Amino acid sequence: MSAVEETIQHVDAATGGTYKYGFVTDIEQETAPKGLNEDIIRFISAKKEEPEWMLEWRLKAFEVWQAMPEPNWAKVNFPPIDYQDAYYYAAPKQKPKLESLDEVDPELLRTYEKLGIPLDEQKMLAGVVAVDAVFDSVSVATTFKAKLREAGVIFCSISEAIREHPELVRKYLSSVVPVADNYFAALNCAVFTDGSFVYVPPGVRCPMELSTYFRINAENTGQFERTLIIADAGSYVSYLEGCTAPMRDENQLHAAVVELVALDDAEIKYSTVQNWYPGDADGKGGIYNFVTKRAACRGRNSKVSWTQVETGSAITWKYPSCILQGDHSVGEFYSVAITNNRQQADTGTKMIHIGKNTRSRIVSKGISAGRSDNTYRGLVRMLGGAEGARNYTQCDSLLIGDQCGAHTVPYIESRNPSAQVEHEATTSKVSEDQLFYCRQRGIGEEEALALIVNGFCKEVLQVLPMEFAVEAQKLVGISLEGSVG
Amino acid sequence: MTDLATQAGDAAPLPFQAQLDAVAPTLPGAGQPWAATLRREARDRFRTLGLPHRKIEAWKYTDVRSLAKRDYRPAPQAADGLSDGLRAVLASDRQEAGRIVFVNGHLRRDLSQLEGLPDGVSAMALADTLEAGDRLVADRLGQLVSVDDRPFHALNTGMMADGLVLHLAPRVVLDVPLNVVFLTEAAGDAASMVCPRVLVVAEPGSQAVIVERHAGVDGAHYFSAPVFEVDVADGARIAHYKLQQEGDQATHLATILARIGRDATYDNFVLSVGAELARNEIVTRFTGRGGDCRLSGGYMARAKQHLDTTTRIEHAVPDCRSREVYKGVLDDRARGVFQGKIVVSRDAQRTDGYQMNRALLLSRNAEIDSKPELEIYADDVKCSHGATAGEIDSDALFYMRARGIDEQAARNLLIEAFVLEVLDEIADPAVREDFAEVVMHWLDGHRND
Repeated sequence: MSAVEETIQHVDAATGGTYKYGFVTDIEQETAPKGLNEDIIRFISAKKEEPEWMLEWRLKAFEVWQAMPEPNWAKVNFPPIDYQDAYYYAAPKQKPKLESLDEVDPELLRTYEKLGIPLDEQKMLAGVVAVDAVFDSVSVATTFKAKLREAGVIFCSISEAIREHPELVRKYLSSVVPVADNYFAALNCAVFTDGSFVYVPPGVRCPMELSTYFRINAENTGQFERTLIIADAGSYVSYLEGCTAPMRDENQLHAAVVELVALDDAEIKYSTVQNWYPGDADGKGGIYNFVTKRAACRGRNSKVSWTQVETGSAITWKYPSCILQGDHSVGEFYSVAITNNRQQADTGTKMIHIGKNTRSRIVSKGISAGRSDNTYRGLVRMLGGAEGARNYTQCDSLLIGDQCGAHTVPYIESRNPSAQVEHEATTSKVSEDQLFYCRQRGIGEEEALALIVNGFCKEVLQVLPMEFAVEAQKLVGISLEGSVG
Repeated sequence: MTDLATQAGDAAPLPFQAQLDAVAPTLPGAGQPWAATLRREARDRFRTLGLPHRKIEAWKYTDVRSLAKRDYRPAPQAADGLSDGLRAVLASDRQEAGRIVFVNGHLRRDLSQLEGLPDGVSAMALADTLEAGDRLVADRLGQLVSVDDRPFHALNTGMMADGLVLHLAPRVVLDVPLNVVFLTEAAGDAASMVCPRVLVVAEPGSQAVIVERHAGVDGAHYFSAPVFEVDVADGARIAHYKLQQEGDQATHLATILARIGRDATYDNFVLSVGAELARNEIVTRFTGRGGDCRLSGGYMARAKQHLDTTTRIEHAVPDCRSREVYKGVLDDRARGVFQGKIVVSRDAQRTDGYQMNRALLLSRNAEIDSKPELEIYADDVKCSHGATAGEIDSDALFYMRARGIDEQAARNLLIEAFVLEVLDEIADPAVREDFAEVVMHWLDGHRND
């Protein structure tokens, strides 16, 4: 399909509705009482049939969280969050154990169908993607388990991992993001309900791309998922994360923690397409996406690559980071952040170079339209032992319309003379010449804009796995709808 | 930032508070109601802001808590005489339009040469204008660019006793440099402080080249908090070159503020080699179309020196240009900080902004922290920035070694080339030569290590 046809299709898909995932699935929910206190945490822990050590860990995290002040340094504005006015546990009511997909609530399956996840096993075989679908708080179905088990890969919900693989969980949980790391991470430790767990044993190349689809469904629930991925020596895994949320007037909080650990010669590729509900044109509603994502490149020659396409959420506040501890380890961060209407995004990365000859590369593309604000905030730190380390950073911002803002806030700290740090940033608007060229050839203004913006983001979009690249391109078009003319 | 006072509150009692209150009634112009109000408001502001700490974003990389460790007292007036070391600073056979010398913050007429300034140029002691209730000073002092959150600007305003008021009448051209020199003598074993203040008012179409120098005695503990304010009216051009050569135990926390009018040009270069802890904070604001602002400089530090350059350029109106180029060389345990911010307001369309900071680390223990920042609210803009940090290029070194130049000589040549390049940003040839000499002198020190 030619690029032009594709763009036209994307825009057609967009005209159907501004946010096509804005439906609510009406199934009976089992929720904990509103509010946040020790009892709720005990309730969550009991519901998940967690061992005693886990409950203690949660309670300690809750204590830490209570003593912490809420941070306010990001370039985002929002009314104070009432942490007592939300449900911290919501699970679809169903049979306690599921043997196959047939037992899953058909209503739930239809929801996923609308989202376009090929949860159906047959389709899955064609797609070769294993989906650990998280519906609100409980992971309802995990496909492809058998095939993964054959390879020795553990891919399950984190609650299952706590029960089945406590030794791995205890060893790695909060080893990358400590409990007291930040306000939202501490909150997550106390109340997280589910998420994904991946362990790839030494020398194994994960036979398929792993994927989790997160979805916030219930009203007034925060989604606090917790993901832990461990790539043991010499292994490889590619993980895909996609998010959508229904349309609601209230603001919902999403405070996830994602921890990645890469040991010697291991590689993790983590891709995100974040399309939470961004609120309406006046900034009413939408998700607060306050996420802590961090990778530890512990081993020699380990590599972690973050790729993110951020188009949703009313407020995005996240910095997927790499701690480059092992000698010769590599960290990469590729990001496209698009904000429109009244969305606010404060996103970027941190690359902490500790080991010798560590390398990092940051490519960030920010696009602001409407009345939105888009900030790149990044840290590159070369510590004293980072002999021969290299960093290259490129941040480009594109402004569409004169009511939006684009900001670049890089922090560059170097304590090693042999380390080389390079940072470049530009800000510009969509070229009139390019627009004119497209318009002259009969391409409508919106299609032309989507085309140009897709070109602007090309460096990032091309590193996305196939499954996501197409969706991401579409999202670029949808997100910018109504920003010209 | 709602309540900085409470954040700072857990520290010891606020330094300088007692001095501020004590000197207030004795300061020149204390009887003028407007001057009293200006100072009182500044005192209150300093009390509210407190001594900055690293939790405050603008002070993330520069720790000034050392100021609280000594009892800094206003430097005693040195009515005559000058120590030999400082006399050497004044030895210059350059052609100059005039020279104004301040010792310990007070004008020294015996060392200054103010005769022979062309008609339309008036240079006055701030103390005199405050006493006389000068209209110009009453209208403009502290009014050009409001900076409410800068504690050391507030401290200066609260304590300023003397300094320079320079007025350029419309279309007057002063093309040979006017030297403004601030010297600080040792005050025995006591720690002293000075708050010199300069106000330059360049009326429409006027031009001037100003060289500001700060020097002091090595080994003396003193704190200088100078404020330099310049009003560059429509079509005026001001070249402002600054040389910071404070004594090796000094703390120098300077604020430079410029308002740039329509089609006006403000050109600033700061060469920073002195002081143990120094910060140059520059804030410029465009108030008319077609303005041009160039901020550049070099910082060279060794031992445990800490040199900070913090700039903020506010593109508040359309069609203005700004350019920033800084280069630093850091040796031993020295630390360099660069924080540059370009703010482009909603209607400042067709803004052209460029910003670059390059640092060369010569030692394993040196450190550079850069934070080049863009905050942009207009869409038709061209803004870019860059930052690099690293050691001497090994390819260049190899190239020279291959041609028979020994490693030490090759290194020195490469460092020299790295720093001297930034001096090209200085338009005035005589000043460029003088500054190059300071750079070469610093490099000699490096070679002798």
